Amino acid sequence: MTGWIEIGALDDIPRLGSRVVRTPGGNIAVFRTESDEVFALDDRCPHKGGPLSQGIVHNKRVTCPLHNFVIELASGQAVAPDEGCTHTHPAKVENGIVWLSVRQAAAVS
Amino acid sequence: MLDKVTKQKLVVIGNGMAGIRTVEALLERAPDLYDITVFGSEPYGNYNRILLSPVLAGEKTVDDIMLNTVDWYEDNNIALRKGETISMIDRRTCEVVTDAGDRVPYDRLLIATGSNPIMLPLPGKELPGVIGFRDIYDVDRMIKASTDYRNAVVIGGGLLGLEAANGLMKRGMNVTVVHLLDTLMERQLDPVAGGLLRKSLEERGMVFKMPAQTQAILGEDRVTGARFGDGTELAADLVVMAVGIRPNFELAKKAGLHCERGVVVSDTMQTYDGRIYAVGECVQHRRQTYGLVAPLFDQAKVCANHLAMKGFATYDGSVTSTKLKVTGIDLFSAGDFAPGPDKEEIVLQDANRGVYKRIILKDKKIVGAVLYGDTIDGPWYFQHLRDGTDVSHMRERLVFGAANLGEGGVSGQNSVAAMSDETEICGCNGVCKGAIVKAISEKKLFTLDDVRAHTKASSSCGSCTGLVEQVLAFTLGGDYSAAPKVKPLCKCTDHSHDDVRRVIIEQQLKTIPAVMRFMEWKTLNGCHSCRPALNYYLLATWPGEYRDDQQSRFINERVHANIQKDGTYSVVPRMWGGVTTPSELRAIADVAEKFNIPTVKVTGGQRIDLLGVKKEDLPAVWADLNDAGMVSGHAYAKGLRTVKTCVGSEWCRFGTQDSTGLGVKLEKFMWGSWTPAKVKLGVSGCPRNCAEATCKDVGVVCVDSGYEIHFAGAAGLHIKGTEFLTKVETEDETLEVIVALTQLYREEGWYLERMYKWCDRVGLEQIRKRVVDDVANRKALFGRFAHSQQFAQTDPWAERASRGVDRNEFAPLAELELA
Repeated sequence: MTGWIEIGALDDIPRLGSRVVRTPGGNIAVFRTESDEVFALDDRCPHKGGPLSQGIVHNKRVTCPLHNFVIELASGQAVAPDEGCTHTHPAKVENGIVWLSVRQAAAVS
Repeated sequence: MLDKVTKQKLVVIGNGMAGIRTVEALLERAPDLYDITVFGSEPYGNYNRILLSPVLAGEKTVDDIMLNTVDWYEDNNIALRKGETISMIDRRTCEVVTDAGDRVPYDRLLIATGSNPIMLPLPGKELPGVIGFRDIYDVDRMIKASTDYRNAVVIGGGLLGLEAANGLMKRGMNVTVVHLLDTLMERQLDPVAGGLLRKSLEERGMVFKMPAQTQAILGEDRVTGARFGDGTELAADLVVMAVGIRPNFELAKKAGLHCERGVVVSDTMQTYDGRIYAVGECVQHRRQTYGLVAPLFDQAKVCANHLAMKGFATYDGSVTSTKLKVTGIDLFSAGDFAPGPDKEEIVLQDANRGVYKRIILKDKKIVGAVLYGDTIDGPWYFQHLRDGTDVSHMRERLVFGAANLGEGGVSGQNSVAAMSDETEICGCNGVCKGAIVKAISEKKLFTLDDVRAHTKASSSCGSCTGLVEQVLAFTLGGDYSAAPKVKPLCKCTDHSHDDVRRVIIEQQLKTIPAVMRFMEWKTLNGCHSCRPALNYYLLATWPGEYRDDQQSRFINERVHANIQKDGTYSVVPRMWGGVTTPSELRAIADVAEKFNIPTVKVTGGQRIDLLGVKKEDLPAVWADLNDAGMVSGHAYAKGLRTVKTCVGSEWCRFGTQDSTGLGVKLEKFMWGSWTPAKVKLGVSGCPRNCAEATCKDVGVVCVDSGYEIHFAGAAGLHIKGTEFLTKVETEDETLEVIVALTQLYREEGWYLERMYKWCDRVGLEQIRKRVVDDVANRKALFGRFAHSQQFAQTDPWAERASRGVDRNEFAPLAELELA
């Protein structure tokens, strides 16, 4: 796992939206909730690999744009009855700056 | 611990389906509001009573039909006191008293005591071997009798009696069904269908004695037979009384609550004592009592809503449908089918195929249906019945069912019962019948929504919905809970699309959070279903005023391109009326080469599609296309898509009018408008109809004397020719009518409801009246569309390619090397 890396300003991620961080291992989607919490997940739905960063964010969940799998941002788990899990990475906000710690390489696509 | 003390106490009397469904719904809405105690006389958890017949017939076991095991009660902190009977409700002290004398206090009480089988007051009714058919205990006794004895008499030729008789016959007994009337299941069937049913049950070996009145049950130490009104006797070792059920309201009556044929409840499922609720078979609501599961579930929802202190839901009664749970016999009935002077009937009878269908109409609407032999369309008729759809436009083909009307989707399958487990039901998600049946039985599913969530069947295009409902009916025996009469917008709310649209206007609500707050949304930010819907409703209601919420747009509309399976996008530039030029084609070719776009394809709507564009390239691709004079084709939008045209009078030797020019004119006027679902137009220059205008949302067919305007066609999931709306003489009139029609659809359509569905729902005549006949209204609609267009006709590509709109959307937040 890497140390904390500064990736940008919180204001550059829309509320109830997401931005992508490119890494050699694949994209990581960084989400911002309505209450300004941030979460980071591999940008791959466990179902068919859809880019979660392009989904609609609601509460602490995101709906995959391809087939409407709903993923919990905190755990990466698909909401029952769907099954599957997306790899998560620690993320935090300090003084308006978003920090990410990449937990091993993001999923190899 | 403090909250433990302050929690209110809810006591539930009755551990059956209605009571527990209410508790489940309550836990969904307000998990921590109450300390819940459930009393049940039977020594089991909650089981699915409607599946007792398959248990009797040996097709299921008792374990198969358990709904909530003892663990479930523990997991949800519910105190289950099974095997304990409540003997008294003390309303003065707000306590219930058990038969052991234990007193348990309540703040709210729920009575769900169900019903008892009616035992006819015949001489000999208390002899051993005479039983009712109501619970697991009765089934056990019947199964035991079937191993020890030969001859059974079932009194009652209704649903319950026939299922009991079928079960006993399957277990090897000789069964005679005795029925008072000369039609079987007379409450659900007409004489013809009753006769067909009798014939096929007789072929299986069932014997009928009807009409016949039982006078006495014979025997000394055990039943030996029965005697009838005509003096004849039948030998029997087992007599099952299945003449009906009677609401069990003794307890409520003793407590002084107003009871008639059941515990009388209000539309909020409250008895005359506001602390005491009642649901299920024990209640009487608006003079009706119910003995089927679907109404109980409707009641449970309303009751839970009220117990959770939300308090806005009301129960308005239910229309019910029935299916006989006898394997191999397809029978469906719904609604009111008694003949009457104001009713009309459509009957199809084919004795050789064993098919009988009777649809009963009143005021252009379906009020009842009886189907025998071919029940595939049962749920479809039932849906129209509950929706009160005006069916006059499909009347001549109505009796042939949904598939014949192009509503059954692409599947030609007809009988779910005859399908093998490997038969694919849902073509979108590759779900076969076996998987659905397995999920229904293993996961204890009751509703279409449950099946959608667990299997994904019918969750994409929805064209297999009828089939999935059939599988539900087939697996559960018809007594499943169909989609509710008034469909909520999504799971985040109990309000319908119409309610939401109305309240947005009445309360002048102008943001999504304001709508959610005012209408008490159950979730924090809604979900992927309701947010785009609300965004559209606000946009359509307050043009120029509402600020479009990009985060509530589906990705395609947010980035103005169509997402593909690999996360790349497709780009479709607008070609007005399907006309292009050498320089546009050259620009498209240059763009495709410059950005290494892998696929260039011609679409069905006469446009060119560039597939496989990387998201970060989109603004640059658009910039190049903009430079060549092209704008977004909105191929991704719930909005005006394409206007397909033929070459018309300018070139064609048959052309009667300038169809190309008219198409361009329509497209230039209407592009950029958002609509409930996509809108595609077609303009043909003569009745040869080369632009295929008569399967579009709106189609124009030019004739020598003017322009025929058609609408509400479809050629996708469903294939449906358009309806003729009107004929006009000039291009300007054509434009005015089509724009007004589209505006009416924008104002009334439900989000994602295509124009043909909207037309089905509100009726062709209604639409024609407001768009064609009422000229002032047409002009007003036209004016509102034109006003809205002032704010809509900005090319979204140009905004993003050169004006920096949403720049963040197309660039990564950061790029990490991660050495």
